[in-house]
This record gives sequence, C-alpha cells and structure tokens, in this order.
Amino acid sequence: MNAIFQGIGASVRRKEDLRFISGRGHYTDDMNKPNQTHAVIKRSDRPHAKILGIDTAAAKAAPGVVAVFIASDLEKDALGGIPCGWQIHSKDGSPMAEPMHPILASGKVRHVGDPIAIVIAETREQAKDAAEKLVIEFEDLPAIATVRDAIRPGAPIVHDEVGSNTCFDWHIGDKDMVDAAFARAAHVVKLDLTNNRLVPNAMEPRCAIGDFDPMSDEYTLVTTSQNPHVIRLLMGAFVLHLPEHKLRVVAPDVGGGFGSKIYHYAEEAMVTWAAGKLKRPVKWTCDRTEAFMSDAHGRDHDSVATMALDAEGNFLALRVSTIANMGAYLSTFAPAVPTYLYATLLAGVYKTPAVYAEVHAVFTNTVPVDAYRGAGRPEATFLLERLMDVIAHDTGIDRVKLRQQNFIPADAFPYQTPVALQYDSGDYQTTQAKAMEHADWAGFPARKAAAAAKGKLRGIGMSTYVEACGIAPSKLVGQLGARAGLYEVANVRMHPTGSVTVFTGTHSHGQGHETTFAQLVHDQLGIPMNQIEIVHGDTDKIPFGMGTYGSRSLAVGGSAMVKAMDKIIEKGKKIAAHLMEAAVEDIEFGGGKFSVAGTDKVKTLGEIALTAYVPHNYPIETLEPGLDETAFYDPKNFTYPGGCHICEVEIDPDTGVTSVVGFTAVDDVGRVINPMIVEGQVQGGVAQGIGQALYEAAVYDSEGQLVSGSFMDYTMPRADNLPNILVGTETTLCTHNPLGVKGCGEVGAIGSPPAVINAVVDALSGYGVRHIDMPASPQKIWSIIHAGGHKMAAE
Amino acid sequence: MPHVTLTVNGKTHTVDVEARTLLVELLREKLTLTGTHIGCDTSQCGACIVHMDGVSVKSCTTLALQADGTSVTTIEGLAAADGTLHPMQEAFREHHALQCGFCTPGMVMSAIDLVNSHPEGLSEEQIRHGLEGNLCRCTGYHNIVKAIAAAWPVMHGKELVAAE
Repeated sequence: MNAIFQGIGASVRRKEDLRFISGRGHYTDDMNKPNQTHAVIKRSDRPHAKILGIDTAAAKAAPGVVAVFIASDLEKDALGGIPCGWQIHSKDGSPMAEPMHPILASGKVRHVGDPIAIVIAETREQAKDAAEKLVIEFEDLPAIATVRDAIRPGAPIVHDEVGSNTCFDWHIGDKDMVDAAFARAAHVVKLDLTNNRLVPNAMEPRCAIGDFDPMSDEYTLVTTSQNPHVIRLLMGAFVLHLPEHKLRVVAPDVGGGFGSKIYHYAEEAMVTWAAGKLKRPVKWTCDRTEAFMSDAHGRDHDSVATMALDAEGNFLALRVSTIANMGAYLSTFAPAVPTYLYATLLAGVYKTPAVYAEVHAVFTNTVPVDAYRGAGRPEATFLLERLMDVIAHDTGIDRVKLRQQNFIPADAFPYQTPVALQYDSGDYQTTQAKAMEHADWAGFPARKAAAAAKGKLRGIGMSTYVEACGIAPSKLVGQLGARAGLYEVANVRMHPTGSVTVFTGTHSHGQGHETTFAQLVHDQLGIPMNQIEIVHGDTDKIPFGMGTYGSRSLAVGGSAMVKAMDKIIEKGKKIAAHLMEAAVEDIEFGGGKFSVAGTDKVKTLGEIALTAYVPHNYPIETLEPGLDETAFYDPKNFTYPGGCHICEVEIDPDTGVTSVVGFTAVDDVGRVINPMIVEGQVQGGVAQGIGQALYEAAVYDSEGQLVSGSFMDYTMPRADNLPNILVGTETTLCTHNPLGVKGCGEVGAIGSPPAVINAVVDALSGYGVRHIDMPASPQKIWSIIHAGGHKMAAE
Repeated sequence: MPHVTLTVNGKTHTVDVEARTLLVELLREKLTLTGTHIGCDTSQCGACIVHMDGVSVKSCTTLALQADGTSVTTIEGLAAADGTLHPMQEAFREHHALQCGFCTPGMVMSAIDLVNSHPEGLSEEQIRHGLEGNLCRCTGYHNIVKAIAAAWPVMHGKELVAAE
C-alpha cells in the first residue's frame, strides 16, 4: 500500500478541523471555573473628560454584586500602567513621549471606551445591571480624533503632562541625497493620501478569566491572546508585579487575531488582579460593541508622497511625510508600526536610490492604534502603488512598464535598500508576468468594451509589492527600539513508544499550525502524522515563546523546530551508533530510520526513543538518557515575501456600487509546506484588503464619538461582496532560514488594497479622477460620476 | 422563574430561565453546548445560528422562552451517533472552509438550511447571497462557497459522477 504523501508540499487536510466542525473547539468563553464571578467593565461614553467623582454605593448594593473597583483601588496596590514594547527616538534624539496608560482611567478619560470601573457579580446580568447604577460625574473637555486636528495650533491636549500631542517626530533615510535628486529631477509627482482607520474584528470577541490558587499562590490567566508568554512577561513584570513562576497564561483556541490579540490589554490585568483580591475566578467577555471601542484599531495614516523622476521615467528619489495616529495611549507595538514596519518598506520593489521619510506620531482621543494584519507594510504598499499609478497618469508612461523599468532586477539580490533593509531574494518581474497572465491583462480591453455595452464602467489595477516579515532578528530590533527579543522556541519531546509532542512558542488562531508543523515534523523525523501532537498556548507547558504575528510562525518558530529536531537526530545517532556498534560518523538518518552507511543495519527512531528512556543497553557514561530537545532560533534577517496582485472591478454608474469581478494574487512566500493553507491565508488576507479598499472605515465625528461602533455601522465584507480569489505562488527561497520559507499570513492584506483602488480609478478614468481615498464607497464614487468629478482631477 | 421545555439534539430538557434569557445563553450556559458562539450583539454575524424546528435562527436574537416546545439542533447534534459527520461538516473540512473555527458552527448550520431550502439547485451567486447573515473574517468566503456547492449534491442524493 502506498502511503499518502503528507510531507512538505502536500495539501494535508487540517488536523484541528474535526473539533471545530463538531462544535468542540475550546475557546476562552467556553470555559467556566467553579465558583466563578463575572466582570463587566464600565467604560467612558465621553471622548475626553475630567472625572470629578464616582459614586459606587448603589452599584455595590445591587443584587449579586461581589465587588466594584475603580482606579483608586488599584493605586492602593501600586499597580503599574500598561507598558509599551517599543521605544522610538525622535529626530533630535529625544525618546518618544510615553504617558501613563492606566488599567482604569484615573482623573481623566481620553477616549470613548476608556475603562473606568470593573463591576464583579455572581452573574453577568447582575454585573451589567449594577454597572448601570454607577454614578460618574464628568467635566467634558474638547476632543480631537484626527491627526490633522491633533497638530492644529491650540488643539486640545490628550496628555497634559506631555505638553503637546506629539508622541515622536522620527525620520529615516538620507535627506540631503533626496533633496539633491529632486533638484535635478525632470518630473516631480506628488500625491496626498490617507490610509483609513480600521477595526480588526476577529470573529471571537476578547475574553479573559483570572484565577488565583491560595494553596500555591499561583495566578492563572486564560485569555484570547496571540502570544501568552508576552502577556505573562508584560503583565507580570510591569503591571501586577508577579513573578513568572507564579503566573500562568493560557491562550486556548483563539478565534482569529489579525494583530488585535497581540497586545496586553487592561482587562487581562483587571481580572487577574481581582481574582487575587476576591480569591475567586473572575471572567470577563467582551461584547462586540465593546470590542469596537476597546480592541486596538489599525492603520490611520495621513501622508504626502513625492517622487522625483528623470526624463525617462527612472525613479531618482522618494520623499514621504506621514502623520500617524497612536490613539489615546500607546498600545504594545504601536510605535513600531508607522516607523520600522512602514518607512523601511518605502523602497518597495523599486531600485529608487534615495528615500527619505518623516513620521510624526500623535495622540488623539481615540482607541489606541496598533498593528493590524500587515502592520505598516499595507500602509507603505498603498502609498507606493497608488503613487505608481499617479505617476503613470501624470507622465503618460504605461503603468506596467513604469513598474518594470524600476524593479529591482532578479539578479540584484541580496539588495540593500536606502532605508535599512537588505532583501535576500525575490523576482518581481516573474510574479508580475505570472499575475498578468493569470488575470488575462491583455484581454482587458475586450472585457471593458463588453461592460461598457451593458452600461458598466470596468477598470483593472495592479499592485507589485514586497514586505518584511518573519519578525525578527533580536539584535537588530533591539537597536531599533524593541524592548524584547523576537526569537522563537521549540521543544521536541520524543516519547518512549515513538510518538512525539512538539511544544511551540508560536500560537495558532486560524493558521493551521497543528497541521503545518506536524507536516514539518513528519517530513524531518518520519513519524506518522497521527503520532505527532503540536502544543501551543500555555506558559506552563512551553519553555518560552514570542507568539504569532508578523508571519513569523513558520519562518522563526518552524526554524526553531528544525533546530530542535536536528538535536534529536544528533543524539539519536549516538544512541544508534552504540546499539549497532558503529562509529557515529557512519550513522545516517532518513525516513525515520538510523542506518549504518554501507550496511543493512537499521534502527527506527521509535527504537532509539525507547532505548533513550529505557537505557539498559546505553552509552550511559557519555550520554544522558532521554530524547527531549529544546532549541531557540533567532533569525538572521527579516524575510521578504513579494508579489503582484491584480484586481478587476465593474462600477454601476447609476448607483456608484463597485463590484470586484476578478482578483488574482501571485505571491512569492518562499517554500510552501501546505499549499491549501497558504491559499486560504492569501484569500483571507485579500478579503480584508478588499474590505479596507471598498467597505471598512472606523469613523469618529469631529467631537471624538465613534460613529461606526457596531456591525450595523461598520461594513464588514460579506460573501456577496467578494469574488473568487485566484491564488498563485512563485517561489524564490529565503536564503537565511533552514526551510527557505518567507511567510504568507499578511501578503493578501498588504498587496490588495492599492490593486483595488487602482482598478477603481482606472474604471473612472473618463471622469478625470487621479486618486480616491479608501474606502471607495458608492457615495464617493456616485458623487464623482454625478457631481462634476473633474474637480477631483485638479489636485 | 419561568421555565421552558425543549428538545435539543434529540434530548428533552426543562430549564429555568429569566424572561430575558436568550436561546444562545440557554444552550451555552445551561446545557453547556458551547459549540454555538456569540460573535456580536446586533444580530449581524451569524456565529450563533442553530436550527429551530429545522429552520435556521439566530439564537442570540431568540428568547429562550420562544423556544418552548420546539426542537433545536446545534452543531453538536449534526454528526450521527457513530460519529459520521454530516455532509456539510465533511465538505467544510475537505475544502478548507474554516480557519479559526469561530464562525464555523453558525456557518455550517446556515449552509445546511440554505442547501435544504434549494432542492432545485444552488448557484454560486445564490450561495453568496444566502450567506449574507454570516460573517467570516478568516477565509474570504472563497472556500466556504466551494464547500457548500460541494455539499449540495451529496445532501440531495445527487452525488455527481466525476465526469467533468
């Protein structure tokens, strides 16, 4: 019987699916602990106000209430604020402003949703009822929501102690070189654009259960997190002052993250601390409406991009100025997003010799903004790829040729960009050519004509991108301001009977790690898939880990696994040499078997494992028993996936409604372990990118109220808003990790938004449109078509 | 306290509830059937969809009292007693129609009702329209649509011969 191939490159059906399709997933809110209490958080409905007084008496007296805590209660225990994991320095060398981010608002609320009190009762309903009885006296203050308002002279100040709304004013690149290039440019093309603010909206709302065991003095937090060890570190060391050995953080099945579940949130600290106070478990489950005003938002940039070109259309220099919204407080990775995850990507796939970018990060009276799928790279890609089409529009150069003539050539790798990064591999010409072929770019004029015959406006758009993921080399990010290392950890534990448990510091919340990692282990160790268990998400089980984000799990976590498996094989060879009375150098390993070169002597990995745990005949003088190895892997560089996305749209001029009628993504994500999972990741990312481009916007009114605060108001892409998404891959291997993998989690969301907007602008070319900001809503498009769209062309 | 008597996945229960208790709360908290999820509070996402007397309903907008005397099927009740999966569950697994799995129970329940109510056939456009009440943030719906299309012939006993 031929075994079905399940190693690297096979679309193995997912091991985790059976429990999810049977209703046996184990999400945080599915758990309840004996004697559990329920917490509800009272949040500010004001964008900016002084808290003059809080009367908790009626709430405390309400039925079922166990406790009500406000900021002054936390202050008695000298709890810390929520820490920020990345420090940026401004142009003048001064560190970023880092105002206190309290667990509960103290003295002042700074955004709608800012937590003020935690009400704990026997049931959730009782806690909700009691929270309504809190009497809070406010003095409203003027508020700001947009970056433009934040830098206006005389603007209200979010943090009085900072003295202005500036968090930092940072730059990168060679300004003099850029200025000199602009002085000799034949063309200068300028584009003002925004990157719309988004709400991540993972389908599972956040949830946290705190527990305290008085017998052992141990705290346990079960939480919806992408990185339980990071939460343990941040919450233990900085907020609650609990030592790691007394704090366990568990992240079980997690229903999507997209970045929003990376961060240490105040609610995690609240329930853990309260559980210690009450000696009872405390559970908090977020409502969706509450999630809109408390999950970190994404994007929210306002930029000016200017390209200098020579007479032939070659790029000479790029100048970018961006104002980035940090929200009211600094979330865990917030300062890294508009700086090292954004401006370092502004060379893009182009050999632009000089790039200079300034980034002004500001505080506003809005929910904190942090990494959302792509984190900085979608913002860079949208800016560059919109600029490409605007350059083509302004200069008359064909948009495909403009890109081609400025691509970094395939033989130029490794390629040092003028903004710090060194790309290791890529082939942008090939991904572009493949995408154009799959999308039938050449056949577009006929489709446009056919659409026109039906009264529809058809457009096609392209985006060619590169991104940096596989986050990240610890030494490098340390120099750039990260306050943590970004290595990954794997523990490979062979069991005496030949099965294996692999513990990873990464976390799966939809990515299918239980399958992909099992394929990797199967491929390397030859153990059958059903004998491999992948364990993640529990600080008591896993040595350490930095979690899953920045498409790092396979590139960094998988590499750690390879290193640990290499150690297993190395030790196994010594045991095998002893058993088969051969020299270690003569032992070969492959397909799960150790053999003596040139002989038919063989021992299976299972036999070696048994010997390691039952060491009766064993080199005990020179070798420890057991077969259990741990490896830490610190990457040498980022990885650089790239590719080309092509979108085709049809616009109904009567309604302004855009239909995406075709979408092609050809991505170079390095070596692919499971093509089915990679395609799914790309499709999901593209859906979020189309969502950003056409539908989604977190809107605040001028007074700081969140207008799009529920699924009634915030347009999530639905099945009938999206097309089938054609996914292709084209591989160049990463040159610096053992698997040659790059990462696929974010490419869809990075490459797609400008492809969509370029297609929309192309469809509206007859109306003199040069640029449309996202989301390209029907109202915006209808106004262009019906209300003198030519005004837009004059910018 | 009022009580309701209902059949869930073939088993009859009588449960004390508050007047405001929602069907989803009864299922998750009183019967510990946590496969049915809560993804929003505005009846938009469909993570809570179950079948009530064979028709899909959003259990987050159904009072427990409204379920009195009905027969409810949840995701836990789809597979046969011997563990054989429902064709829709199989199709979701085969076509990689789930990633994080959180929307999946509601998506599967919704999809079964959609297929059941279209014995005449189901176009891709109809499937996409039929999923308007379900949100998924992971898959982009591409593979969900494929899975439902693949489950239709199986559920209607018209399994296509591989002759395309």
